[in-house]
Amino acid sequence: MKVAPAIEGARTVTAGHDKAIEIQMTEILAHFKGEKGELIPILQQVQQRFGYVPEQAMKRIAEFVHVPASTVFGIGTFYAQFKLVPTGRNIVKICRGTGCYVRGAPRIISEMENKLGIKDGGTTPDLEYTLETVACFGSCALAPVVVVNDKVHGRMTPDAAKKLIEKKN
Amino acid sequence: MSFEEIKREAASQWQAMHNSSRPRILIGTATCGMAAGAEDILQALGKELEKNNIKADIMQVGCIGLCYAEPLIEVTKPGKPSVFYGNLTPELVAEIVRDWLVGDNPRPDLAMGTRGEGTLEGIPKLFELPVLKPQIRIVLRNCGNIDPANIHQYIVNGGYEGFIKALKMKPQEVIDEMKKSGLRGRGGAGFPTGTKWQFCHDAPGTIKYIVCNADEGDPGAFMDRAVMEGDPHAVLEGMLIGAYAIGASEGYVYIRAEYPLAIKRLIVALKQMEEYGLLGDNILGSGFNFHIKIKEGAGAFVCGEETALMASIEGNRGMPRSRPPFPAQSGLWGKPTNINNVETWANVSAILQKSASWFASYGTEKSKGTKTFSLVGKVVRTGLIEVPMGISLREIIYGIGGGIPGGKKYKATQTGGPSGGCLPTSFLDSPVDYESLAAAGSIVGSGGMVVMDETTCMVDVARYFLNFTQSESCGKCVMCRLGTKQMLDILEEITHGKGRPGDIELLLEVGDAIKNGSLCALGGTAPNPVLTTIRYFRDEYEAHINEKRCPALACRALVSYYIISEKCQGCGICAKACASEAIKGGKRMVHVIDQSKCIKCGTCFDVCPAKFSAVAISSGVPVKAPAEPVPVGGKA
Repeated sequence: MKVAPAIEGARTVTAGHDKAIEIQMTEILAHFKGEKGELIPILQQVQQRFGYVPEQAMKRIAEFVHVPASTVFGIGTFYAQFKLVPTGRNIVKICRGTGCYVRGAPRIISEMENKLGIKDGGTTPDLEYTLETVACFGSCALAPVVVVNDKVHGRMTPDAAKKLIEKKN
Repeated sequence: MSFEEIKREAASQWQAMHNSSRPRILIGTATCGMAAGAEDILQALGKELEKNNIKADIMQVGCIGLCYAEPLIEVTKPGKPSVFYGNLTPELVAEIVRDWLVGDNPRPDLAMGTRGEGTLEGIPKLFELPVLKPQIRIVLRNCGNIDPANIHQYIVNGGYEGFIKALKMKPQEVIDEMKKSGLRGRGGAGFPTGTKWQFCHDAPGTIKYIVCNADEGDPGAFMDRAVMEGDPHAVLEGMLIGAYAIGASEGYVYIRAEYPLAIKRLIVALKQMEEYGLLGDNILGSGFNFHIKIKEGAGAFVCGEETALMASIEGNRGMPRSRPPFPAQSGLWGKPTNINNVETWANVSAILQKSASWFASYGTEKSKGTKTFSLVGKVVRTGLIEVPMGISLREIIYGIGGGIPGGKKYKATQTGGPSGGCLPTSFLDSPVDYESLAAAGSIVGSGGMVVMDETTCMVDVARYFLNFTQSESCGKCVMCRLGTKQMLDILEEITHGKGRPGDIELLLEVGDAIKNGSLCALGGTAPNPVLTTIRYFRDEYEAHINEKRCPALACRALVSYYIISEKCQGCGICAKACASEAIKGGKRMVHVIDQSKCIKCGTCFDVCPAKFSAVAISSGVPVKAPAEPVPVGGKA
């Protein structure tokens, strides 16, 4: 199982200590009853809190909902939303939906990859940016679309997209 | 408070709003409006109103569907028809406030159209415009007209009347009404809704479930998002009616996490329903109990398939299972379950509010009512549309959509997303309904409609969809898991100029095997984009394979960029913009692209001034350009 240890500086886990994860997990789990049907909502909370799902958290969840850790891992790898390694402080998502595709998304993707020096799914070594492509945001009429930290930007060009991340720096 | 009292309160508020002496401004702040910059417009509005000392009511509404014109506002001055202004910038907002709210000039040069009683000189009626005239709004009846976060505005426009009517009927009568309406599932398969309800109603058991499938995963489709963001109660009222008819006491909305605003709107709407006794135990004193929970998807396209969706709600990997047993017999946690899609539920509330025969008066003999489509891609007026079933594709693309931008030639329309197919020019005059699209090898699907022009390569589009289905295949069925990979590999080779004779036949054979060997619709329909493009655009496949040529000049590996000597004026813009330093030139020299360095990014093509248009693309023929820069004018 290729799960990176919590890295210092990862989004909200400031120190990345096991202890910090443990405390936050207790907080998260306090809102749930421990039923099997809660497995995905719990993972979503963990993903949101830490920016990824640490191995330690998966083990905790497995005990909590009474399933083997392998089941939690299986679910964690099945759904695109869950990341098993820390993500950057800024998440750049580029839409590769059909509407965006025919209106020039592939070029935006390749130029952003060049600009950030990472591939789709990658994170810059300084944990500043994670680059993702997403199947569709449903803003197809304003294609192509780039989402930076949940803010949707429509009618993008490669240049305009690159400016979005320059502003951040 | 009784429903009658709620209604009276809602009506008096609505009346007060319309009789107000203040101007009213509606602004579209659905996700698409926001993406186009509605937030800046909202800020500019606040600033300009304050500056000019005008008190106005600003209301945030959902998407009216004119996405091409976003950001969009509707300005109503007391006693005047309201005026729509599109493609706004903060500067234009300042002009509109100054000229129309302070002054008395509605600015016909900026206005798109008017709505309401009366006319304004020089401004057309909005709903008489070609983009709106052919549209019939049932599902989108309130989108863009009401504040989605205000249940009163839904109620005053007929909201929850359908549910009240249903409560006075026997459950079987409600199901019969649904059958009479002819409504078919809008999620893609088109199964008759009334019949589906009947199965679940007749299934033995006291615990039954209702599910709203809001996992709108088709890339290029956003109808369901717009409805949930713009009119969430229309969907939830439909679920109430369905639950009553079937005998369910619990419901789920399974919604994809990529739609945060829609989730927010649903949560607000559910809270309001509970406050008004429209949700919970003993609803409106009828003895009928119903609860709704929201389940957020976690990013898996296959979860749009109903058995996978249920597995996901139960907390498992979203993998489909074989049917029977159908969900109506054994669904969520083994109990009878009825699943319908967002648009279907929004239709249900409308049918009960009006009547089954009213609904059935729209559409064709076998496809009743309307269908929403997200009209996107290479079309002038992109947006969300709702049209009666049976309208021709030409009316949609050239009438509503305004044709192809940039004077390009129409090539095809893709419907049904990764499960659908591409409809060629010959289909332009055929009706858009379940039967005709199926006969053409595509499907109505959930409503994505992506228009493609001559610059879109059909082999590349097929590859695009296969790439999508291949990565979204859950892996359960061998044919789908491995077959889509094989098809993708073949398509990759073809688009990279490595296609071999016999590839087309192989694609057809593998496609057929995947169709027959997959449990669910994801695999069963995954080959459709390839099969329809082979059926209608076989020549493009052959050009790629036999001549190593991409007729649309789209496949990177098969094209070359070059500079036309006669047109180049030596301005040097392209050389400066080229990231790979592949362009040689100099002042007043005809520039030359070094083919060995060119990565075919297309930047030079984009930046070359339109008055020169000196950069050209070729495929399958040797480049006609000098090897070294020569002086402009051709004289060495």
